[in-house]
Order: sequence, then C-alpha cells, then structure tokens
Amino acid sequence: MIAIRVDDLSHAYGDRPALNRVTFEIRRGEIFGLLGPNGGGKTTLFRVLSTLLPVQSGHVSVLDRDVATNSAEIRQRIGVTFQAPSLDRRLTVRENLVHQGHLYGLRGRELAARIDDRLARLGLTDRMHALVNSLSGGLQRRAEIAKGMLHDPELLLLDEPSTGLDPGARHDLWRYLQQLRSESGVTIVVTTHLMEEAEKCDRLGLLDCGQLVALGTPAELRAEIGGDCLTISAEEPAKLSQRIAERFGIEPKLLGQTLRIERARGHELLRELVEAFPEEITSVSLGKPSLEDVFIAKTGHRFWEEEGTKNEERGMRNGE
Amino acid sequence: MTQTSLTPANRTAFWLPIWTLTWRELLRFFRQRSRVVGALGQPLIFWVLFGAGLRGSFQAPEWAPSGMSYQEYFFPGVTVMIVLFTAIFSTISIIEDRREGFLQGVLVAPVSRLALVLGKLSGGTLLALIQAALFLVIGPLLHFVGLGPSLGWHLSPVGWLAMVGFLGLVAFALTALGYSMAWSLDSTQGFHALMSVFLMPMWLLSGSFFPVPESGWLSWVMRLNPLTYGVAGLRRLMSPTLAEVSASSSLPSLSTCFAATFGFCVLTVMLACWLTHRRSVINVR
Repeated sequence: MIAIRVDDLSHAYGDRPALNRVTFEIRRGEIFGLLGPNGGGKTTLFRVLSTLLPVQSGHVSVLDRDVATNSAEIRQRIGVTFQAPSLDRRLTVRENLVHQGHLYGLRGRELAARIDDRLARLGLTDRMHALVNSLSGGLQRRAEIAKGMLHDPELLLLDEPSTGLDPGARHDLWRYLQQLRSESGVTIVVTTHLMEEAEKCDRLGLLDCGQLVALGTPAELRAEIGGDCLTISAEEPAKLSQRIAERFGIEPKLLGQTLRIERARGHELLRELVEAFPEEITSVSLGKPSLEDVFIAKTGHRFWEEEGTKNEERGMRNGE
Repeated sequence: MTQTSLTPANRTAFWLPIWTLTWRELLRFFRQRSRVVGALGQPLIFWVLFGAGLRGSFQAPEWAPSGMSYQEYFFPGVTVMIVLFTAIFSTISIIEDRREGFLQGVLVAPVSRLALVLGKLSGGTLLALIQAALFLVIGPLLHFVGLGPSLGWHLSPVGWLAMVGFLGLVAFALTALGYSMAWSLDSTQGFHALMSVFLMPMWLLSGSFFPVPESGWLSWVMRLNPLTYGVAGLRRLMSPTLAEVSASSSLPSLSTCFAATFGFCVLTVMLACWLTHRRSVINVR
C-alpha cells in the first residue's frame, strides 16, 4: 500500500532550481523522514505534497489521488503542520480548534468531543481558554499538532515539527507520533535537519541540493557505508591524504581540516596509520557510521557546511 | 469551485467555512480596541474639522436643498470613508495572516476558494456596516454638543433597509478591492503605499468631499470612478427629498448608481476569486 508516490518531480522558483527529478514512494503506516540541510529542497517537497505549490514537472499522487488535479479530496484526508505556527495568536486554543473543525466540516457535539479528546491527549486541557499568544513555544507546537489531527487525517505531514521544542517536549512529541502510527495506522511524513530525529523514522529520504541522494531505513543507510568510520585531524590534511593514498592505496575524503575513511576492520587501519604517520596526525577517532557519515558519503560534503563555501562549490540554493 | 450537486452535506461544507472565517474576523476585530477607534475616530474628526473649516467656502450643488451646510453634504462621504477604512483594515490582515502562517493552514484545508473569499469579504463587510451604523448614530448626536448640524432621519423602515443594503453592497465591493490588493502584496508597507496613492484619491474623487464639477478633466475622472456612484446612491437613499431630483453629473439617478455599484462589486469579487484560485509562491513564504 502506497501513501505517496513522487515520480520525476522537479520544481524551480523562477530560475532557481529547488527540486531536481525526485522519485520515491512512501508506504502507508510508516513514519517517513525527509532529511537534509536547510536549502536542500525538503520544504519545497513538503509544500508540493501539502497541495500549496503546483506540480511544475513530474507526477505526484497522495493517497491515490493526483495532486495536480484532485487537491480538494486530498486536503480533506491529510493533516498538515507547518514550521511557522498556523494558529491565530489572538484566539484561544479552543477557538482555534473550533475554527479548524469548521473548516473541515465538523461541528456541534462531534466537534466538541473531538476537541476535548485532542486537548486531553496533548495535555492542553487546562490551557484551552488561554490566548495562543500567551503560550510557550512548546505548548503552541502541541496546539498546532492538535489542530492538524482534529479531522482524523490518514496522512500527517509535519514540517520540522520539533523546532523550538526543548528535549523533553521533543521526546513527548515523538512518543505521540509513534503511538498515532501504531494505534491508528496514520502515515506520518516529517521533514527534519536533526540526525537524532531522523533515527526515529522508519525510513528516510536524504535530500541535498534538490536531489534525493539516498533512500532506506536508518540501518540500511548505515549498512551501505559498511564497517567503521575513521576521522583524522591533521596540520596539513591535504598532504597527509596524498601520503595515505600512496602508502595504503586508500582515497580519504577531505572535509575541511579533517580526513575521513570508511572501511571494514577500521581498528587495524587505525593502528597502522598512527604507526606510519605519528607526526602528521594530531588526532584520530574510530566510530560506527552515523547518519551524518551516510550523508557525507553520499554527497561528498558535510551536512553543516558554511553557507559561503557551499554557495561557491555547489552554485545552487533553493528558496527557503 | 464547481458545485455539481447541492446535497445538505455539500451545503454545510460550503457555508460552514464562510461562517467560521466571518466569525474569526469579528472576534479579532473586537479584541483589538485600537482598530475600532482608528476606523471610526478619524472619519468622525474629519467630519467635524472639515465641516467647520470648509463651511464658508462651500458652494452647494444645484440639487441641494436650500441651506445645506458643508457638514450635511459631507455626511454620506464620511460614511463611505468609514466603510473604506474598515475594509482596508480588515483586508490588510491577509498579509499578516500569511506572514504568521495562519493563511497556509486555511489553504491546505478542504475549503473551496470561493468560500475563503466570501468568508473574508463578509467579515469585512459586517465590520464596515457595524462601524458605519455607529457613525450614523453618533454623527447626528454631535448636534447636541454644537459640533454638528441637526440631521433629522426621515426614513421609513423600507428606506432604512434599502440604505443599509446599498451600503453593504458598497462595503462588499471595497472589501473585495482591498482583498485583491492585499492578496497580491507581501508587505503591509506596500499596502499603505497603495492606500495613499490609490484608495485615498479614489475616495476624494468620489463626490464625498466636493461635488463632481460639470465639465473639465476632473469631471471625467470622477465620472469614471466607480465609488462616485456608491456615494451618490447613498446620498439619495439617505434623504428622501433627493429622490425626486433628476439625474445630473454630480447626482446620477438611483438606478445608475445601483447598476454601477453592482457592476463594480461583481468585478472586484471576480478579481479576488481569480487571484485566490492560483497556487502561488507568495502564499508559502
């Protein structure tokens, strides 16, 4: 069962490309994460999936409906939570939910019952008559999610849901999302730039510079790299890289002031390296590959690059 | 927007969003006291000050009943000004809604774009009518403190209904105009700029402030201004004595006024709907 099918989707803001021939599928009942740095294209993709932006080229279907032609039906069945809160700050939490319910054709006793239920689930019952303006960021985010869940959507789209949440609130949010998925079978799509959040997804799509560079479960993605990951700091990394290549026949990746080598049995290589270049190496660390390592392996650059170097090197940014 | 079958469920799905958007508009307005003061206070002050300042130099048009003071002439114009200001203030919130993210939430809801437009416009129109009604009550009362002329209302219930209905039509058209402007702009500064170079002159040249001259370029500009017919229609409906006066450039006939205002309203609403129907980048910033 497929919830979302994206086929050869491209999008540009004027002449600035934001998505470049993206193709993937999201299954029903999974928590799917779109991981990528800011400007990678995930927010653009999110906007197309939530019917806010037109499909410029390619084909996108959500819950078996074509986004380009059937957005009205899709809107009834999806819940969307934006990065910027879409609550009316001059209304109370409950007034916001009543308004939302009316927009989705809910009213009367049924609406009241649903509102009570969502408020209780998200721990907002005692704050329901507070103006949104007076709530903390965490509570606003919870109210936002209550709003997105009010009409029992089959698919929930969340753009950077943990923005502005403290670790405790973030933990609660994810527990709630996982509960929602397992109890009600809701398909959940989140965009994120946080690695630890990506780890909690069932499957991930890595987006960089408008392209989908990897797709799979977090474990699968790590397994693609294989083995261990060595990170080496040196005074003159370029020179060291060349010497490692000459001596061991390995091509380390040069990332700023550090070198990175991925391979099986990394502990043996580590010993050999330190013996061979005791002067040149300032420090070296060995670890299991993280999602960040996956990202580096797939794109050849760090997840968090300085904006300037990125612009020069890649010559491409999208509209965020 | 194509409503093929009007089952009860469909009808609810169409009217409920309109109602809830209108309700929100009213709720927000009354939570911001300063808006109430701004949209009503300034026209009231204008009415008193201009009324006093221009009393001497005012030349009543031919159709005016003898002894008409400037303040009496100005009264319908100020009413339209209040409607214009309220329409502006309620539609400028579209820009804020978009910036704060609220608008995106409405756009992803299964609400027909027509319902979205109508909800916003009926909210703005109701607010304009409430404010105008306040002025229609407070304005004549100023006579008792020596700040206004004695304005006796001589309207039958049907006359009142016709006047309020016509004012509602004017308000709906102006709100739709403000809506279309706000929908296409991404900053409130831009809206203020358009207001000073477009909306204010439109009001000044509508016969609100001074009568349409018989000839000359100004006469043509004012005759082409759709709001001229709104003001003139209101003027006729407000005082039954003008009902018999034959049409002239400064006071067109009631049927002309109604037709022009209705046409203006249809055009602005269509523009608002058309703009809203497009999926545009400006809405997702």
